[in-house]
Amino acid sequence: MKLIGLTIVILVGGLLIYATVDFPPWADPGSPASTHVSPYYIENTLKQTSVPNIVTAVVADYRGYDTMFETTVIFTAGVACFILLRVLRPKGTEPRLYRHIPTGITLSVRGFEKTPQNLQDFELIDRLWTPQDVIVRTMCRLLVPFIQLFGLYTIAHGHYSPGGGFQGGVILGASIIVLAISYNLRAANQRFNEVLGGLLGATGVFIYAGTGALCLLLGLNFLDYHALAGLLRVTTSMARSHGVFIVEVGVGITVMATMIWIYSNLASAGKYDEGL
Amino acid sequence: MIWQLDLAILTLVVLTGIAAITVKDLLSAAILFGAYSFMMCLLWSIMGSVDVAFTEASVGAGVSTVFFVAAVFRTTRRTKD
Repeated sequence: MKLIGLTIVILVGGLLIYATVDFPPWADPGSPASTHVSPYYIENTLKQTSVPNIVTAVVADYRGYDTMFETTVIFTAGVACFILLRVLRPKGTEPRLYRHIPTGITLSVRGFEKTPQNLQDFELIDRLWTPQDVIVRTMCRLLVPFIQLFGLYTIAHGHYSPGGGFQGGVILGASIIVLAISYNLRAANQRFNEVLGGLLGATGVFIYAGTGALCLLLGLNFLDYHALAGLLRVTTSMARSHGVFIVEVGVGITVMATMIWIYSNLASAGKYDEGL
Repeated sequence: MIWQLDLAILTLVVLTGIAAITVKDLLSAAILFGAYSFMMCLLWSIMGSVDVAFTEASVGAGVSTVFFVAAVFRTTRRTKD
């Protein structure tokens, strides 16, 4: 059986490599894509959309429909993770561990209402608890604002340099994940809880589809940002630039929220109490 | 494009790819997959598609590795059932 599998894999792999011989060479100016697709975008993008980064213009404007559904796919992935993993159990069925900070003694508390006296001396800890390193904590805490600033820059500067909603959203989400790893999942969820994750994920898709629908309402095609020119009081090419920006913000919000949502569900096995 | 650099990175892509599917330990596989993504990211930027390289670096090497590690954290060395 293993031999048959190996033979099939080698055969298909060989066929694929054989098929690449027919490909045009790398950066061949005579290939079909370089003769009539690329020149159009290179010549017209700046004129039509005032977006210097051609990739962003193609992704969010010329092929905006694809990107809208990519955003929807990401949100759907988050929802699927939530449905598969989330365990909705009443609180207090499992014992909670409280660690007394001055002495280091740990209490196991069962029951929802029961908490130790002098609660400010105790911290709620995970079952797999290790003394947390002050260097790691402090460094992560110092890094988080810079990571978030870089994420916002990536979204906002996607017009001029590589970047955009997807990458910026991932970086923004990673900043909260860093917090969850260096502290614990509860600390991250206090700042970004699961309701916010679901709501913001849907909001981003809504901003994207809403921009498209607004163009439709103003009398042009779906996602044809020309239509926003009258509303924003700018020229048509600037309107397309602004449209790209609004859409990128929507993508960024969805990706950020979904990344944190998926991470929390994965790391806590759907229980949202303790995790990596 | 420097062909020596290209060859070195392509070799590492193949090596990390094969290592990621043959290694027994799941955590090692996750880390090797991150290394594979990073090599792919370098390859994209050599070919001049910086946007794709950026996505690969943030999604492939960054967040998906974290997701894998988070999922591995929830597994045990021996099956429970």
